Amino acid sequence: MIKTDILIIGAGPTGLFTVFEAGLLKLKCHLIDALPQPGGQCSEIYPKKPIYDIPAYPEILAGDLTDKLLEQCKQFEPGFTLGERADTIEKQEDGSFIVTTNKGTKHHAPVVAIAGGLGSFEPRKPLIHNIVAFEDKGVEYMIKEPEMYRDKKVVIAGGGDSALDWSIFLSEIASEVTLIHRRNEFRGHLDSVEKVQELKNQGKINLITPAEVTGIVGDHHVKAVVVSQAEHIPREFEIECDHFVPLFGLSPKLGPIANWGLEIEKNAIKVNNALDYQTNIPGIFAIGDVNTYPGKLKLILCGFHEATLMCQAAYQIINPGKRYVLKYTTVAGVDGFDGSRKEAPKAVVKAIE
Amino acid sequence: MEQDINLKITDRDGVAHDVLAPTDMAMNLMEVVRSYELAPEGTIGICGGMAMCASCQCYVNSDHELPEMQDDEEAMLSEAFYVKDNSRLGCQIQITPELDGLEVELAPES
Repeated sequence: MIKTDILIIGAGPTGLFTVFEAGLLKLKCHLIDALPQPGGQCSEIYPKKPIYDIPAYPEILAGDLTDKLLEQCKQFEPGFTLGERADTIEKQEDGSFIVTTNKGTKHHAPVVAIAGGLGSFEPRKPLIHNIVAFEDKGVEYMIKEPEMYRDKKVVIAGGGDSALDWSIFLSEIASEVTLIHRRNEFRGHLDSVEKVQELKNQGKINLITPAEVTGIVGDHHVKAVVVSQAEHIPREFEIECDHFVPLFGLSPKLGPIANWGLEIEKNAIKVNNALDYQTNIPGIFAIGDVNTYPGKLKLILCGFHEATLMCQAAYQIINPGKRYVLKYTTVAGVDGFDGSRKEAPKAVVKAIE
Repeated sequence: MEQDINLKITDRDGVAHDVLAPTDMAMNLMEVVRSYELAPEGTIGICGGMAMCASCQCYVNSDHELPEMQDDEEAMLSEAFYVKDNSRLGCQIQITPELDGLEVELAPES
């Protein structure tokens, strides 16, 4: 059981900044995120895109913003449960919560802050009529354990970075890698595209474009995929394989959080914005893009503000009746849980002779 | 209001809506759909309008001349589902006076 003061669901910008604000109040945080890395959308969808409305940053790349937030909260030693989705929540008799992930990891905290953005990222499944029947029987929408593909025949579908990168990676492991895409053009980093070209020339990747997987063949496990090729004369053929890995990106779904008994409106969680961004369940807060209230704006900077106010309310729940006044970091400095201290340099007091 | 244009947008349930869209607010078609809440929040414009998610895919049913498709839109549509010959990403269609009378249909959620 992982124990913490504030359990944050979602490690995007709002969740990461919460760690800092909570740390100033000496509250410890742990974050759960379905993605394998922190940063949320900023690192998953658009790490190389600039953002222009972060206060004091005329321009910052989304990926750099994530790095800066991680650096800013580092001394408060946040814990991370990454690559796991928060599935269930159970309220305990003392008012605290136990949140369990899809992999069974349990987290215990008196306060839960949902900073889940648009939801957890789920793979987009291609429209192949019998694909569901082969899930985990040779069809995988994400590559979690590359060793699984050793000496196997693998068909990958998709035209983005993950399709390219995994084709390159698996070409060393699998006995046969076939990459299928609807167009001749791929969108990815130039070096990935060039590397696939090189591997194709060496016969290490079998490239089929423009084409589409339209069916799966097998009894209890994938045996082959049906490919429709559109070039010149349309034709259909089968490719024998042990695994079919469609990589068509991820799309966010509110997911299990929708069943936690929280008041939901327009795919977002209703909160009390006049006070502390608490939901209809005391002790559960929702901050950032995942919440809604009159006048809500889904902006990173609004998430930062919401996180800051939420931490004050969390302090009251965790330390009932305990006195506290807001301190300015410039005056009080920042004492990390790792023993580090940041403070403003003292003014020099010296006579001029 | 003279800068407004008329659009006919058919939602994912097949209901047609006649809406007015301003041409002077640098809006795109995806944003117009959101402003009228013709698709539930969180199911359209997920990437914010960067041609990176295809949640605003629509079918253009009138013969208006549209802005030419850029590489990123074409690449995204090549990975999207339910794509037809008249598919476009709403976020890449800016609302201009020339688009008055445009008719589009939202593609299914995927």
